Amino acid sequence: MPGLGVTYGRGGATSTLQDLQNSDCIIIEGSNMAEAHPVGFRHPMIAREKGATLIHVDPRFTRTSAMCDIYAPIRPGTDIAFLGGLINYVIENERYFEEYVVNYTNAATLVTEDFEDADASGLFSGWDEETKSYSAETWRYEGMPLRHAAVGGSQDSVVGEAGEGPAAEETHGGRPRPNDPSLQHPRCVFQILKRHFAKYTPEMVERVTGCPKEAFLKVAETICDNSGRDRTTAFCYAVGWTQHSKGVQIIRTVAILQLLLGNIGRPGGGIMALRGHATIQGSTDIATLYDVLPGYLPMPDANKTHDTWQEYVETETAETGWWSNIPKYLTSIMKAWYGEAFDPENGELFDHFPRLTGDHSYYPTLMDMKDGKGVKGCFVFGQNFAVGGPHARLARDAIRNLDWIVVLDAFEVETATAWKLDGVRPEECGTEVFFMPSALIAEKDGSFTQTQRMLQWHDKAVEPPDDARSDAWFVFHLGRRIQDLYKDSTEPRDALIKAMTWDYPTEGETEEPHIESILKEINGYNVADGSPVGGFAELKADGSTACGGWIYSGVYAGGENKARRRKPWSEQDNVAAEWGWAWPMDRRILYNRASADPEGKPWSEKKKYVWWDEEQGKWTGLDVPDFQADKPPDYRPDPDARGVDSIPGDGPFIMQGDGRGWLFAPVGLKDGPLPVHYEAVESPVPNLLYEKVHHDPVAKTFDRPDNPYNPPEDPRFPYVVTTYRLTEHHTSGAMSRWIPWLSELQPELFAEISPDLAADKGVNNGDWVTIETTRAKIHCKALVSDRIPVYDFEGKKLHTIGLPYHWGPNGLVKGDVVNDLVPVSLEPNVAIHEAKAFTANLEAGRV
Amino acid sequence: MATGFLTDTTVCIGCKACEVACKQWNQLPADGYELTGDSYDNTKTLSGTTWRHVAFIENPKKKRLTGDVDLVALAEDVREQLPGGAELDALGRWAFMSDVCKHCVEAPCQQACPTGSIIRNEFDNVFIQPDICNGCGYCIPACPYGVITRVPEDGRAFKCTLCYDRQKDGLEPACAKACPTESIMFGEVEELERRAEQRVQELHDRGYTSAFVYGTPEVGGTGGIGGNHSKFILMDEPETYNLPRHPFLPQEKLNQASAASIAAAAVLGAVVAWAFRG
Repeated sequence: MPGLGVTYGRGGATSTLQDLQNSDCIIIEGSNMAEAHPVGFRHPMIAREKGATLIHVDPRFTRTSAMCDIYAPIRPGTDIAFLGGLINYVIENERYFEEYVVNYTNAATLVTEDFEDADASGLFSGWDEETKSYSAETWRYEGMPLRHAAVGGSQDSVVGEAGEGPAAEETHGGRPRPNDPSLQHPRCVFQILKRHFAKYTPEMVERVTGCPKEAFLKVAETICDNSGRDRTTAFCYAVGWTQHSKGVQIIRTVAILQLLLGNIGRPGGGIMALRGHATIQGSTDIATLYDVLPGYLPMPDANKTHDTWQEYVETETAETGWWSNIPKYLTSIMKAWYGEAFDPENGELFDHFPRLTGDHSYYPTLMDMKDGKGVKGCFVFGQNFAVGGPHARLARDAIRNLDWIVVLDAFEVETATAWKLDGVRPEECGTEVFFMPSALIAEKDGSFTQTQRMLQWHDKAVEPPDDARSDAWFVFHLGRRIQDLYKDSTEPRDALIKAMTWDYPTEGETEEPHIESILKEINGYNVADGSPVGGFAELKADGSTACGGWIYSGVYAGGENKARRRKPWSEQDNVAAEWGWAWPMDRRILYNRASADPEGKPWSEKKKYVWWDEEQGKWTGLDVPDFQADKPPDYRPDPDARGVDSIPGDGPFIMQGDGRGWLFAPVGLKDGPLPVHYEAVESPVPNLLYEKVHHDPVAKTFDRPDNPYNPPEDPRFPYVVTTYRLTEHHTSGAMSRWIPWLSELQPELFAEISPDLAADKGVNNGDWVTIETTRAKIHCKALVSDRIPVYDFEGKKLHTIGLPYHWGPNGLVKGDVVNDLVPVSLEPNVAIHEAKAFTANLEAGRV
Repeated sequence: MATGFLTDTTVCIGCKACEVACKQWNQLPADGYELTGDSYDNTKTLSGTTWRHVAFIENPKKKRLTGDVDLVALAEDVREQLPGGAELDALGRWAFMSDVCKHCVEAPCQQACPTGSIIRNEFDNVFIQPDICNGCGYCIPACPYGVITRVPEDGRAFKCTLCYDRQKDGLEPACAKACPTESIMFGEVEELERRAEQRVQELHDRGYTSAFVYGTPEVGGTGGIGGNHSKFILMDEPETYNLPRHPFLPQEKLNQASAASIAAAAVLGAVVAWAFRG
């Protein structure tokens, strides 16, 4: 999540769900929280009962809207225009939290003279028309380019060329940077920001988003009235923001807004990134992304100076800020995985470690699968991408071109049956399918890391039936067997397999691996005696500690599984420190140093949270301070300071090289240092704000016959589709379409359309309709409702089609695959697809 | 001690967790897989196999067609289009209501039951004893709320038991347990009445003056039913939620019906007597 990562330093939700109870205003945008996160939504409901104002900004009037005090409709894909309008409102009306902005953000910092904003051209300086990419060199702070953006993970893959830093003496953070605390210098970040968003006026917001000006202004006034010393406003978002070709920049926009309003690191404030599954946060933490190792450590890359262990560590170690600790984390992970076979002194074993050779993210891999380019087989755990992944037809075609596929699931999901779908002749599909029955949640131990970075343990309640086994069992025994097969190999390339520590104790007749032992390894331990470390501060670069995922270090401190703590919220305060365990180091609200003023005193009695205790000489409060515990507020780094010592006592964003929240991102993003409103890759209208550039210029598109795009403003595809989930089903329906009690509640695919569009097309409620893009055509029933707004765009009516995407050809309840309609057009920084705004046509009947 | 439900529709988010939890705990079958096209409501009604049912009421103003219909206002309502202005108060535009057996104080179903299957148990809940029910079905038309039906393959009548088995083990009913927003509250009837009163007062203070408690002897309990142990906080007329404004005991109509019959017999008799006069 570089939108948050680049701005604040960590790519995770900044606060907790229960902390929403402390909010004075909650604005939900890019999320249908009541439907997709009904249990978490209890907290906004409690806040509402306590007097908070709830706002929903969304293209559809949903069950969430029905619970909110204010509903503001916006056309799909225009969130940057709406949020940019809010930023403009806050600056123009001087409603920003000045003391917070001056001290805790980079507002005062000067930017190099070479920087040019994306005004008339729609492009920032540094654009290369030939390669269709940016060089970030002109986006830097004056005189002091940062070598690394503290975005976590494989930094350069996010940072791009900016990772090639200048000489070391220029990069340390201790040196005072040219700045203007009066925020008046024309090249200070604040003035750049002010000029950049000046054109996002309420009138322009209305024209671009279709949101009535009055509604927009009501939202703007409400969030300003509910921000400041005494009051805080929280934002909640989900995939309604991420699944756009400029999703990261949408999140950047809100991250900037929340800094201006002074709402980060404070109770009732923050940005709640709602995750789509029970442990999506966990799956990126410990680490299913192809380009990161657990804890967002950079994956070794053949195209970087990663030839030897020493080079790899040196290249990735930041000069200042938290990422200067990387050698400790990298060494500890190698010790966890390879034990004695790894010696950090020579690092020889690292030579055999796999390297990235390019973009191996989901879509390029899928295309390689389909094109027969070296992908022979595929393991599928807890996934049903034959239905759940955008351009699902491409996925099914890709599966059918594999030699083998292993699917572990509790039900016969479409991913396991691609060989007999889409009218293919099974005898012509050469894929060997291994379908393994998997245990469900109550049948295994384990942890979930949810939305707020919190690990919650679940215990096995019953044994899985028959041959069903947990995913961990499968991986563990597969690893055992592979190791056995290679035990006599003398090939150097097999060294890693032989060296792998794979000795978890097992339990019971089925030899289920002991899951807590895996948690202990992730937590980290002292190699000498196997005792768990207390946290990542104890990790060493000399090989004396092992740790499988440094950000989770502390979860097993003292040998206690802290993820398993279950003291009810009713028996503690609503920080709920004794429920589960949150990374990092059980800090529940991140950047909570910002809940105190620069001198370390709470901004107000009502919003006190973490503060400096002068007598004890340390930070204290309701939460674990997200700050060096004994660093006084008036600490100023020595010009020679390195690592975390370079962060001043009033720099709450400790992961950033300068300790500040980044209104302007000098490095870290491929599509600009500030957010710009672009239309979706497929949009029926032109870009009113930047006429020359229609959509995000760096968005990844794929020119393939099986992935044609609907051209912008194409009259054949006049409507905008937005996809979503319903409470009654779960994503691709893999866990719900086989359950009678859930299936009866939403038994069939439908398209939500407005009475206006229905009248235009002669469609009655419940009639069949056909929806078509250049990729595919689907049939479904129409659900006609005035909950679907009709947007006015320059005097023209724009219609939206709402499509839940839970159905497929298998299961108790079936339906066409909505994701077949979706193009592969990807966000440039994180390669997420654009399912929340693309164009289509709709006709009555099944044609 | 009498127990019951208080269902506060003002905090219901329409998630249907209550429906699922009820069916799972009580092992009730699904009723079929049919898209009704009626908002997000695909289970349609309470029945012998659906003991909690979440109703979805879109734009209640438009739907209220009983009584005096203001045709001009109605037409304007239909013309009104989103986003025609800021929705400064979205509350009530799309209403959700988790319906359930009302557990009447004077339960008509119990009075209609000829076998004694329907009793008041030790929690003062209206309970159908499945081993005594003979499937006669008299309780079905007796219920003024349409709560009970016979289960086709079984023949007997079923409805909400208020999770009798769970209560005996000191647990709250499955629906209340599953509700994420405490829209469904379970407890002692007197305590729930206090909470309902307090909640309605809160809503009134915040300007939602249409809020009221449904299921008190005054509203929803006239006609001898004496109120419900399962009450609701509503924001609109009972009819909006498909609830009767004046539920009554079937025998309430008995005197009128008998009188009408006697009158009819008398008139007919007179006519006959007149026809055969002389």
